[in-house]
Parts: sequence; structure tokens; C-alpha cells
Amino acid sequence: MSLRSVVIVGASLAGLAAAHRLRDLAFDGTITIVGEEESPPYQRPPLSKQFLTGDWERPRLDLRIQRQDFDWRLGARATGLNVAERRVTLASGEHVPFDGLVIATGARARAPAGFAGRNGAYTLRTVEDASAIRDRIARGARKAVVVGAGFIGCEVASSLRKLGCDVTVVEMDRLPLLRVLGERLGEVCRTLHEAHGVKLELGIGVDGFAGSDAIEGVRLSDGRVIEAEIVIAGIGVTPNVGWLEDSGLDLQNGVLCDATGMAAENIVAAGDVARWDHPRYGPVRIEHWDSAIGQGEAAAATLISGRERAAAFDMTSFFWSDQYENKMQLVGMPQSPDELRVVEGALDERRFVAVFLRGGRVTGAFLYNSMHRVIAYKAMVDSNAHLEAKTA
Amino acid sequence: MKVVVDMKACMSNALCMMAAPEVFEVREDGMLYILNETPPEELRAKVVEAVRLCPTQAITIEG
Repeated sequence: MSLRSVVIVGASLAGLAAAHRLRDLAFDGTITIVGEEESPPYQRPPLSKQFLTGDWERPRLDLRIQRQDFDWRLGARATGLNVAERRVTLASGEHVPFDGLVIATGARARAPAGFAGRNGAYTLRTVEDASAIRDRIARGARKAVVVGAGFIGCEVASSLRKLGCDVTVVEMDRLPLLRVLGERLGEVCRTLHEAHGVKLELGIGVDGFAGSDAIEGVRLSDGRVIEAEIVIAGIGVTPNVGWLEDSGLDLQNGVLCDATGMAAENIVAAGDVARWDHPRYGPVRIEHWDSAIGQGEAAAATLISGRERAAAFDMTSFFWSDQYENKMQLVGMPQSPDELRVVEGALDERRFVAVFLRGGRVTGAFLYNSMHRVIAYKAMVDSNAHLEAKTA
Repeated sequence: MKVVVDMKACMSNALCMMAAPEVFEVREDGMLYILNETPPEELRAKVVEAVRLCPTQAITIEG
């Protein structure tokens, strides 16, 4: 069947990348982009960094739209998908028919129980979230608690310190970023945040929140209450698949796709919402910037080429994080490494590179203020290079 | 094709270097250097990729 109309649900980085790629591939049918938010697509990484600190203002977040020939449906929430009839239903009740569909609805921030809706309680996912936190600090809030020491939590802590807040980070694990980076690098992050005056409450859960309408503190599982005027929760995301519930697609932790991004005939998914059957990592949801672009582009190519000729998408995972004046990059997916080896510099230096090894082979690399080495280490991860055992 | 980088916007995240190492290089000092401001046409696809990947949208192509 020839493709005359493509509907992209999700006015996101992945959705926009798919739209651009469709035109690059000479698709000249209609491209309709449906977005729940009123704004055209924007960059989310700065929301915890440059935008939160006020170094950047709103216009700089807008993603470049290179074409005039997209049909935008912003402020329109998709509520249903009928695969057999090939149509998306919007909250208005309108049905939007398609020949090809790109699902790029992203994910939303999870919130702890009893958190949402309180004055001073925030998650950080949208520009409205980030603006609200900024406003609150501009109006004098200084006592901040960050729940969760993943990358978002760590970046928020860094930005709030820059704004002069007192910051406490509460994390269930023993160390920040433990599950992603492991013990030794988690320790590096702990030291970094402590050196910048962040108080860390590690290995402890959150039991609830003090205050009524307005949040006044965070109650820890040992009964202590940390006073707070603002609390920001960075405890992970949930893929936005609610609107697909009756579609028949496999929605367990995201829309399941094959290695080419296909979820069903002429239906592809990309970005945070997609659980992609990655050739090396297996079915995995990757929430990174460049994979959203890469998946959006690959999904577009899959729609155009059709199932038989579609190519597997085998991109090495890449991620960066800026905290204080430091730049961290993670290449690859370490996936239960049996060794972390420091190959340049040392963990207590301002600059180092550490590689994750499994059976002597490089599965990932963590670069700390070492961006200039990224190509070399990406090549090692790409080729799953074998590293000789360390000679003492 | 001329490559223009807004150095005030650049955060040296090195995604451009990964896309087009012939044109972009982040060095040990953490700064981005443009190796060739007028790269040959056969590098266009790579440079376009760098433009799209740049997380601060600091890169533009003229011509």
C-alpha cells in the first residue's frame, strides 16, 4: 500500500526528527503532527540545566523546524488508536486517519504518593514545570529537597546550588547514580555533590510530606523531617501509552517495536515511549537525546521502506550530563559489567576515563571532563573491543 | 557549504564531533574547533547530522 498520509503523535524531538526524515526521503504526502502541549517541540535537556538556572530563556529551547509543510495540531491530546481502521482519536472526539503512524508520545515524570498538586511540589518534565520552579526560587524559596539522585536529580541539585539554594538530595540507593554507574563512579558523584555543599541523605526512603496544601518538608522513612519550601522529585518516568490501551499493541514498559522500530504494519514508535528491540541490548527503552533523534529518523525510514526492506537500528547508546562545571558522558550500556577499569587519569582527578568490561570486552565508557576522547571510546564500545588484562 | 558555529551557545557536548569528525573537534581544553569551515560536498550528510544532533542548536550551514 502506498503511503499518502503520515500522522505523528507527539510533537517531540523524536516526532520532529521523524517528520524531517520523511521529507528527506522524498515523502511528499501529508505529515500531521499532533502534540498535547501547546508549544511547538522544544529541547528538554536544558530544563534541568541552562533553563533552570536562568542562563537560557524560553526562545532558545525551541527546536528548529526546517520545513513549512507539516500540518501542526498542537494542544490536541490523542486518546485512542484504532489499528484496523487506521485512525487516531483526539480528545475533541475527532478522528484523524492515517496510512502510516509514528508514535512519539514520550514519557511523563513519576511522582511519589501524596506529592502531586501540592504547592511547592514539582516534577521536572515540561517547560511549565521548569518555569514554575524558577518562579518559586525568584520569589525567595531557598530550602530545597530533591528526591532521587539519578541524572535529573543530580543536575537539578547542581542548578539549585548555582541559584543559591540549600539543597538536600534524598536517595533510596546507597549512592547517587548507583544503578547506572555502579559503586565507584557513584562514589565520585557523591564526593562531587558534597564538595558543592549538597547534603545527601542516602540509603533512605521517603515516607511522606509535611504540610497540607503547601509542602513544608519531606518525611524520611526513619521519621526525620527535612524542612523544605520546594521539593523536586526525579524518580523516573512512565511511558505515555494510556491512549493506546485498546489498540492491541504490546505496551509493557513502552510500545514494543522490532529492531526497525515497527510496532505493527505501518505503525512505528520512537523516543522515550518506544521499547525498541535493540540488536545488542535487547528490548530496551532509551531516554536519551540522540537516540530520540536516531530512532525518529530510523522509524521514518522504516515507514517508507516497508517491513521487508527496513533496516535494524543499531545505535550505541550515548548520554551526557553537566553538573557544576563538570561534563560527564556515558557511551554504551554497561549491563552488569564485571569490571570497571580506569584507563585515563584517576577517579579523584578532575579528568578521567573509565571503561566497563564484561568478559574482558568493553561494553561502556564513562568520560569525566574528557569529551575530546569520546570518539576513541565510542569505537571501542561499538566494536566490543577486548582489553588485555591489567598488568600490575 | 559553509559551517557556522555560535560559540556562545556551544556546550562542547561533542555530538557534532561524533557525527562529523572531519569537521568538528573538541580538544583537551574542552573547546570546539572547526577543522574545516568549508567542507567538501561529500561531507554534507555528516554535517547535516551534526546540525540535527547538536543539543544547543549552535551549528548552521550556509549554502
